[in-house]
Amino acid sequence: MTLVADMPGAANAQGLSQSQKAGILLLAAVALMLARPILPDAMVRLPEWAIPPLAPMLDALFNFIKDDLGLIHLTRFLTGQLEVLLDATANLLYGKRRWPNLGPIPWPAIAAAGAVLGYALGGWRMAVFAGGTFIWTALVGQWKIAMQTMSVLTVAAPVAFLVGLGLGILAWKYRGFDRVIKPILSVLQTLPFFTYLLPAVIFFKVGPTAGAVATIVYAIPPMILMTTLGLRKVPAEVVEAGKMSGCTRLQMLTRVYIPAARTEILVGVNQVIMLCLAMVVLTAFIGMPGLGAKLLSNMGSFKIGNSFEIGVTIVLLAIMLDRMSKAWVLKQPEHFERGTPWWKRNVYLIGFVGAFVVFLGISVLAASLPNVLADDLSLRNLPGYIGGILDEVTRKQSLSNGKEIDTAIKGFLAIDGIQAVTEWLRWFLNVKVLIPFRNAMLWVPTPAFILLVMAFAWWLAGRREALIAGLFFTLVAFSGWWDRSVITLYTVISATILAMMIGIPLGIFASRSERWAGRILLACDTAQTFPSFIYLIPAIMLFGVNDVAVVFSILIFATVPLTRYTIEGLRTVPPEMTEAADMSGASRLQKLLSVQLPLALPTMAVGFNQAIMFAFFMVIIAAFIGTQDLGQELQRTLAGTDLGKNFVLGMNVSLMALTFDLIITKWAETRKQALGLG
Amino acid sequence: MSSSSTSQSSPVISARNVWKLFGPSPERYLKSMDKGMDFEAIRADGYIAGVRDVSIDVHKGEMLVIMGLSGSGKSTLVRCFSRLHDITGGVIEVDGQDIMGLSEKDLIALRRSKMGMVFQSFGLLPHRTVLENVAFPLEMRGQDKHTRRERALEVVKLVGLEGREEYFPRELSGGQQQRVGIARSLAIEPDIWFLDEPFSALDPLIRREMQDEFLRLQEMLGKTIVFITHDFDEALRLADRIAIMKDGAVEQCDTPDQIVLNPATEYVRKFTEDIEKARVVHAGVLAEAANGHSLEGAPVSAKASIHDLARLLVEDGRAYIPVSDADGQVTGALDRAKALDVLLGSGA
Ligand SMILES: Nc1ncnc2c1ncn2[C@@H]1O[C@H](COP(=O)(O)OP(=O)(O)OP(=O)(O)O)[C@@H](O)[C@H]1O
Ligand SMILES: [Mg+2]
Repeated sequence: MTLVADMPGAANAQGLSQSQKAGILLLAAVALMLARPILPDAMVRLPEWAIPPLAPMLDALFNFIKDDLGLIHLTRFLTGQLEVLLDATANLLYGKRRWPNLGPIPWPAIAAAGAVLGYALGGWRMAVFAGGTFIWTALVGQWKIAMQTMSVLTVAAPVAFLVGLGLGILAWKYRGFDRVIKPILSVLQTLPFFTYLLPAVIFFKVGPTAGAVATIVYAIPPMILMTTLGLRKVPAEVVEAGKMSGCTRLQMLTRVYIPAARTEILVGVNQVIMLCLAMVVLTAFIGMPGLGAKLLSNMGSFKIGNSFEIGVTIVLLAIMLDRMSKAWVLKQPEHFERGTPWWKRNVYLIGFVGAFVVFLGISVLAASLPNVLADDLSLRNLPGYIGGILDEVTRKQSLSNGKEIDTAIKGFLAIDGIQAVTEWLRWFLNVKVLIPFRNAMLWVPTPAFILLVMAFAWWLAGRREALIAGLFFTLVAFSGWWDRSVITLYTVISATILAMMIGIPLGIFASRSERWAGRILLACDTAQTFPSFIYLIPAIMLFGVNDVAVVFSILIFATVPLTRYTIEGLRTVPPEMTEAADMSGASRLQKLLSVQLPLALPTMAVGFNQAIMFAFFMVIIAAFIGTQDLGQELQRTLAGTDLGKNFVLGMNVSLMALTFDLIITKWAETRKQALGLG
Repeated sequence: MSSSSTSQSSPVISARNVWKLFGPSPERYLKSMDKGMDFEAIRADGYIAGVRDVSIDVHKGEMLVIMGLSGSGKSTLVRCFSRLHDITGGVIEVDGQDIMGLSEKDLIALRRSKMGMVFQSFGLLPHRTVLENVAFPLEMRGQDKHTRRERALEVVKLVGLEGREEYFPRELSGGQQQRVGIARSLAIEPDIWFLDEPFSALDPLIRREMQDEFLRLQEMLGKTIVFITHDFDEALRLADRIAIMKDGAVEQCDTPDQIVLNPATEYVRKFTEDIEKARVVHAGVLAEAANGHSLEGAPVSAKASIHDLARLLVEDGRAYIPVSDADGQVTGALDRAKALDVLLGSGA
């Protein structure tokens, strides 16, 4: 396997016996492969009759839980509550005809309030950014779909926050609950999101409610983890001071623990918001209207320009939400001098309400003004135009340039030089790299494949991991979706390797100067806040709809963590070590290869691990482009009610991802200990 | 020194054979272990003896000072008194009630109504301003907003933090933070006060002011105070009795005079070696029974330390000097040679 060759220096640290045992497994695998022509069919692939009917069995189980145990009534009841909330935000944000029948709130009011909030959290720059994001959204005519997305987000994020906080408190309070919930959380975090979607649809009806439920469930795990982390970190004497003041248990929680864990809880809030956004966009797959759905349909019909504009909106919203919530984390309370008047203490609140009311009034007044269309826009009727759009930007008034961008991009791609490069890349990757690699992986007999994975695990991590890897992949084999799983794995591995070839050199380059390191880290940070969907846009733009585009989109997505952790790993190498190398006369390359990289490797492994997880995640989304892996089957289940099959497929992805997670984490830990990096 | 006048009353805090062990299953270990084991032997079994077989009484209106090296178990013992730690063995009674037997509700009531504590590393609530921190225990006692604000302002002024009422703890220096912690416990004026190195971060001036404040409260209102310090001068200024701890056990608990004159163990002798005994020992303590001596001339006060009397001792020709109590009544005779031994070192 190519992967093995890319991890140098691990064998000697692990001691001979471990790699010898791995070698034996490897030999067995090779023997099986060599013997392939004479192997009986049952040894190459598991025969049909040996595969247990997992999906129907799960279906029966779900039906039992749903109907016989009456879970459906409970969920439908909850749905009712959630629906009221969703309808209310939908009414306020984009005027759905539901209680309280007040909306839609005109966009300038929201933009103004958003700008004031931005100012309160992060000063002028944040104010301009927040206001600008809303103005852009309105002007390109995406206000309504953006608000459809936001209406789910504004319900899902607070609910996920509260549920996560509650469960986090329970996990902190009761060790037993913590022990039960930890493994569930780590499985949840590797489950492909399609696995969240279908149960949501079945238990909570199609539409916004199902989308909201899937989103909430998806965003809860990190909130739980951050809550327990924060509560555990409250200093003992602060707790004791609370106790000595005579706090009851509830007072301890609400007045001592939770406020003292503020920072971690707010970091959790940031993650909840970002995950909610990522998931809300993806709920397009179950037919939720909003930015995601529009993007999906535009990409489907190859409207690159419009896709691009929506992509920009999503990215702007993501950055805005991320920066604002992060600013909130950093913002510590500041004191006011004694005797500060009331209005001064609450100046932001007053500004917020004031801006909202003033712009609300302006919009209401502007509603009666005549409409100036975008096409007739000139300097003279600009005031009229502005007056007109302050109420609502209609389609004719929007400044969207989807068609023009479309033509521009297509024109650009059609330039001979560019086209030659993309064409050649497509051909080269497809014919020379991807297809041969895929065929090779598919050719390997199932038992040999499992042995290979085990050998890899044993070599890098150890016996326990090897056994677990073997078990997990055997389960995959028995699920009956072996070939598709292998194709999924092939896509993940080839994209990750390509991503390494880009990300690691980029990281090495960037870490040579502080300035570049800072810049690229910022870019990586920003890129990580984008909903994964976004990465499909450039891929489709460049390569159209095919395997290469899938690999390409995964590649961009997976390069981000690789670059980031390479920089961080290299940066944390203690200076006295590089100085020692300098003093012994090492060249730059020697220093890099023999000092810096080995020391940075454990940190880089974290990035590698994330890259693989991202790849598994992306490969499922990319199924939308049309691949033959698990993702596509998963997507198909969404159309029907194949809950059992959906689960089996989801578990396959999860099992493979968990295997890698386990191996790499263990390896990084042992390396860290061996290097004394704690 | 009020210990003699209060020792007849029943103790406010009474600890009997108290143990506090840290480790995987301390109760079981305590049952099985040999009670005579020392700190190291216990540690070899994987347990840390925070408090080792301590029996001590603290009386009403008394100031008990606990001293000992770092890690000797001072803070742990005080945490046992306030039941911040559940003890592993023994009994602690506060006002005659076994505190380990208290329900959660009663414990909260006890802390709200009677106890206060100043923490070694302050334990301020990071999200509350100085004023809100100081008012916190009052809030828990259910005082209305206005009253507790008034009271908080008062004590914040008392500890010299006027003008910083609205600051957050992280905006204050270490000494200022410590004063917030002191103010917080002053605000409620508890009957039983636990002070864990309360003045360690203060400058000498404020430190003296604070010491005076606590002495005043103790004498005027009869507060019971358990005070931890590393500073012997402070201990001497404040203490009715001093308890010296080592490896979780109390080596000796007695008045300062007795500790320096008659150290119970070699460890205590070493611990008090560098102290100028003449400053500690009082004429009253050194005095013998008056009968049998022919006493003449002006008496010295029983409360005067030998150091105070240095000039007189050197210049006076009398072999025995009369000692009088606060009312001027002669109560004993001071052997001048013995007193000079204390003053100059016994030559040993
Ligand atoms: N929660 C705990 N868990 C385990 N061991 C503890 C705990 N608290 C205290 N100890 C141990 O008990 C012993 C006594 O600690 P304690 O804090 O009472 O010392 P101290 O006398 O207050 O020291 P210092 O003067 O440094 O404050 C130490 O060995 C300490 O390591
Ligand atoms: Mg201490």
